[in-house]
Amino acid sequence: MDASIKKVARYFLIELGIYAVLAVIYFLAVLQFLGSWLNWLFHEQRTYYVVASVLIMVGQAVGLERLLTALSYLIRRGKK
Amino acid sequence: MFFPISGVHINPVLLGLLGLVIGILGGFFGVGGSFLSGPSLFSLGMPYHFVVGTDLIHIVGKSIVAARQHRILGNIDLKLAMVMMIGTLVGSETGVDAIEALKHSGEVNLVVGVTAIVVFTGISFFGGWESWQALRKSRASSDKGDDPKKDVLVFDRLAKAFQGLPLAPRISLRQSGIARVSIWSIVLVSFVGGFFSGFLGGGAGYIRMPAMVYLLGIPTHIAVGTDLFEIIISAGYGAIRHAMNGNVDILVALVMHTGAAVGAQIGAKLTQYFSGPWIRLAFAPLPLIGAIMVAAALISGHHGG
Repeated sequence: MDASIKKVARYFLIELGIYAVLAVIYFLAVLQFLGSWLNWLFHEQRTYYVVASVLIMVGQAVGLERLLTALSYLIRRGKK
Repeated sequence: MFFPISGVHINPVLLGLLGLVIGILGGFFGVGGSFLSGPSLFSLGMPYHFVVGTDLIHIVGKSIVAARQHRILGNIDLKLAMVMMIGTLVGSETGVDAIEALKHSGEVNLVVGVTAIVVFTGISFFGGWESWQALRKSRASSDKGDDPKKDVLVFDRLAKAFQGLPLAPRISLRQSGIARVSIWSIVLVSFVGGFFSGFLGGGAGYIRMPAMVYLLGIPTHIAVGTDLFEIIISAGYGAIRHAMNGNVDILVALVMHTGAAVGAQIGAKLTQYFSGPWIRLAFAPLPLIGAIMVAAALISGHHGG
């Protein structure tokens, strides 16, 4: 295997490992703290549920993208 | 793990892995991946009305991540995306209305199913043939010292006809390398994509991405990035409508999205290493898989349309 591909694969696996731990902690926290509240909104306040769902999804998307970019940067900088 | 909104028990690891696969496909091909995630969520035990809405909101999140990566890579033509948004939204609404009209006639499953099979199969075979021919042509030209990464389109007659439509106003798309094109050509192509999004569900990237390449002549990498931007709009609009009707389980979508966020980044970055014809050739079997899944659903009687 080409050395540069090996290097990229190694960085990627480290990044994925750290990310997996953070993601598990994150979604356990979300389900723990927001689960019952979102369930209540879904049944009682549908409009607020829609707004909350869209905001949380967009927030998670932007947040995870930034987290992944930062992880990638930190791992590469740490290896240099 | 129990998800109280949809009332189902689903393994979160499976959801994350499903998201990862869908994310890679989405980032690389510029599609939402509903042809794979829809049947997968259904087979994990989720009721079909929750499958459609939950899938759409997860697609929004995943497409935001992939589109941000494509923006960094210079693969999004914002001017094109803004014009396409008009056709996408009008087309999506028309598609939903067509579904409602068909519901009254009682033939909705059969009509939607057969339309999907014909459209998906047609795109698949045409895309496979064209990209194969383009690869042969680009190999021949690279022997002569041309840039092998340059996008090559064998069947460009339709693109030239669409670009040459003499209807004002005409705009230039510098990012896509198109000197002049009628706004109406762009709106028409995006209307078709939006219509199929409303009619068949999902973000309809499987139609919009090849339509941008073959009908408007947009380079493949830019079509992938711009399509992801359009998917955020069309899937977002659909997700809000479905959420209002109680068809979205946001907790399932959030767990699925943790995997999809990684996959979308991988897929988007991978596009740097492949030329346009290779991306189109790899894309060709995807609509065919969708056609087979729709045919299976029609035969077994499980269809949400």
